[in-house]
Amino acid sequence: MATVLTESGPVEVSAGPGLVGELWLARPDTEKVSDWTMKPEGLCKGDICMPVPTDRTDEFVRDDRVNLAAFWQRMNKPLAHSADGDVWVLGEDAEDRTAGLTSLDAPDFALPDLDGKLHSLSDYRGKKVLLATWASW
Amino acid sequence: MWQAIYDDYQNKDFIVIAIAMDNDIEAARPWIEEAAPTYPVMIDRYHQLADLYNMVNVPQAVWINEDGRIVRPTENAGAFEGFRALNFETMTVPEEVSATVQSSKATYVAAIRDWAEKGEDSVHVFSPNDALAHMDKPDDNIAKAHVLFRLGLYLRQISKNEEADALLKQASELHPHSWSIWRQAADTLDNGLAAGPAFWQRVNELGESHYYKPVDMEGMPTEGPPKG
Repeated sequence: MATVLTESGPVEVSAGPGLVGELWLARPDTEKVSDWTMKPEGLCKGDICMPVPTDRTDEFVRDDRVNLAAFWQRMNKPLAHSADGDVWVLGEDAEDRTAGLTSLDAPDFALPDLDGKLHSLSDYRGKKVLLATWASW
Repeated sequence: MWQAIYDDYQNKDFIVIAIAMDNDIEAARPWIEEAAPTYPVMIDRYHQLADLYNMVNVPQAVWINEDGRIVRPTENAGAFEGFRALNFETMTVPEEVSATVQSSKATYVAAIRDWAEKGEDSVHVFSPNDALAHMDKPDDNIAKAHVLFRLGLYLRQISKNEEADALLKQASELHPHSWSIWRQAADTLDNGLAAGPAFWQRVNELGESHYYKPVDMEGMPTEGPPKG
């Protein structure tokens, strides 16, 4: 098993055998831990697809599994894993974050309140929203 | 701080959403229960908002209109760094510095009230070009820092402390302007504040640089940081 820390929290997925630094997920599981889906044309998000490099196929796909870490590196997106390879973070790159902000459409998110109830920014469409941060520290 | 504004303008299609950037929910809980706000308060354990909105400290704010458009990008929510003038013997700050702290906060609150009342006609609403001009954009180091930070916080929870500390340190080095990253990872005093000697040393190293970036708004203090 591997734990992937997604934006909505830790998600447990079965990881196939591989080297530390490889994340071999069952094809349908890429959607559990990212916005990307494995299709015949490659790993896709909406209309964008990252094809499997023909000269290094084995590093990216193997039988029914996908090395999501290899795709992430290929897309120049930041990632990190624990030394034992059990915990992963697949991050978003600066270019995508910047595009999200400069569109001026406020990036949506969903976070829990103290009772664990999830609230999304988009729940409050139709109101002026003052988004204000604070912290106990 | 926001409850009075919310009380006055909630019928004007205005809402406050407060986000606690706290990895430990229990650290945030007493503050929320004490204030008992009637607007939503969410807990952002992994500082997802800092990643999405390129935030670096608290308190920061983003103004979002009825259509979900950003009309003021991430900015300091009216805080002035008066604490930098703290006299450690008397544990007070000079009166004029304290007055600036109060007026800075009051100016920001008045601006929010103006926006809540007038919407797009408020002078504090930026045009799209002005909003873009006031936006700090993340770079590759910042994007990487958020990834390492998230992993470090999680590993700390599962007691892989040594590995966690190395990741949190690396995150802070990649994103030195983020006080949220540094303070969330730092040791806290008995009162829960990450304000020990290491904090003061880091503040002193700022020199003439700001701890809270000044808000571009009429009536806001424009002077440099106060000296202790």
